[in-house]
Amino acid sequence: MSAQEYAFVVLALVGTVAAFRLVTARNVVHAALYLVVTLAMVGGVYLILAAEFVAWVQILIYVGAIVILFLFGLMLTKAPIGREALDNQQRGIALLVGLGVLAGLVFLIQNAFHWSDPKIQPIHVTTGALGESLFRQYVLPFEAVSFLLLAALIGAIVLSRKDERS
Amino acid sequence: MIRLPLVLFFSAVLFSAGVYGVLARRNAVLVLMSIELMLNAVNVNLIAFSQALHDLTGQAFALFVIAVAAAEVGIGLAIVILIYRNRETINIDEVNLLKW
Repeated sequence: MSAQEYAFVVLALVGTVAAFRLVTARNVVHAALYLVVTLAMVGGVYLILAAEFVAWVQILIYVGAIVILFLFGLMLTKAPIGREALDNQQRGIALLVGLGVLAGLVFLIQNAFHWSDPKIQPIHVTTGALGESLFRQYVLPFEAVSFLLLAALIGAIVLSRKDERS
Repeated sequence: MIRLPLVLFFSAVLFSAGVYGVLARRNAVLVLMSIELMLNAVNVNLIAFSQALHDLTGQAFALFVIAVAAAEVGIGLAIVILIYRNRETINIDEVNLLKW
């Protein structure tokens, strides 16, 4: 195993533990903080895979903006504490489905790839190259995404505005 | 040098944790968090294959997924807060207006 792989395994283990704590936490604020840990570890994985720009976007948008949004959402709604208040009755079935999905994915992955055959040799992707690809080949999806963001912005304002007629 | 299946297993674990969270939670904000977990698993796969195949497409689409996730969380939380304002609860098993 190379040094990169050791670093990846450490990040992946921390991220996995935090993800499990996120879906089992009994306190919603703790869940949001575990989400921060998981997202930061995923960002670290991007860094190890030499996807520099995506890693910093992950830190900026996910850890910086989306988690803050979640914390505001938790703050504005009543957040009860305890397993019964946060989980529904179908926990056993949910566990079965989750394990089934995991087993299916692991089966497919080890069927499709040999354990040691395809190795990722990360090439350093400069932000310039990524931006060029974004604005040359993927201009149309980029515009669609910006339109989607505009629609989401207007939608969020319309939804959360107090209705003045009533 | 990182083995590709290692990264894919990590992403599979993240995705199934997200599936469990979506199915087991009843607090709408926690369901949204689990959805973020699943989107992140997809992004990990996109980046891993982008670097394995030396193709920038995966990274461009990872950026698109992040943007769509941000829009989804914004709208989702606006809806959740609106439901809370109207019904005093955000437990998704108690919000069954559209169920018949």
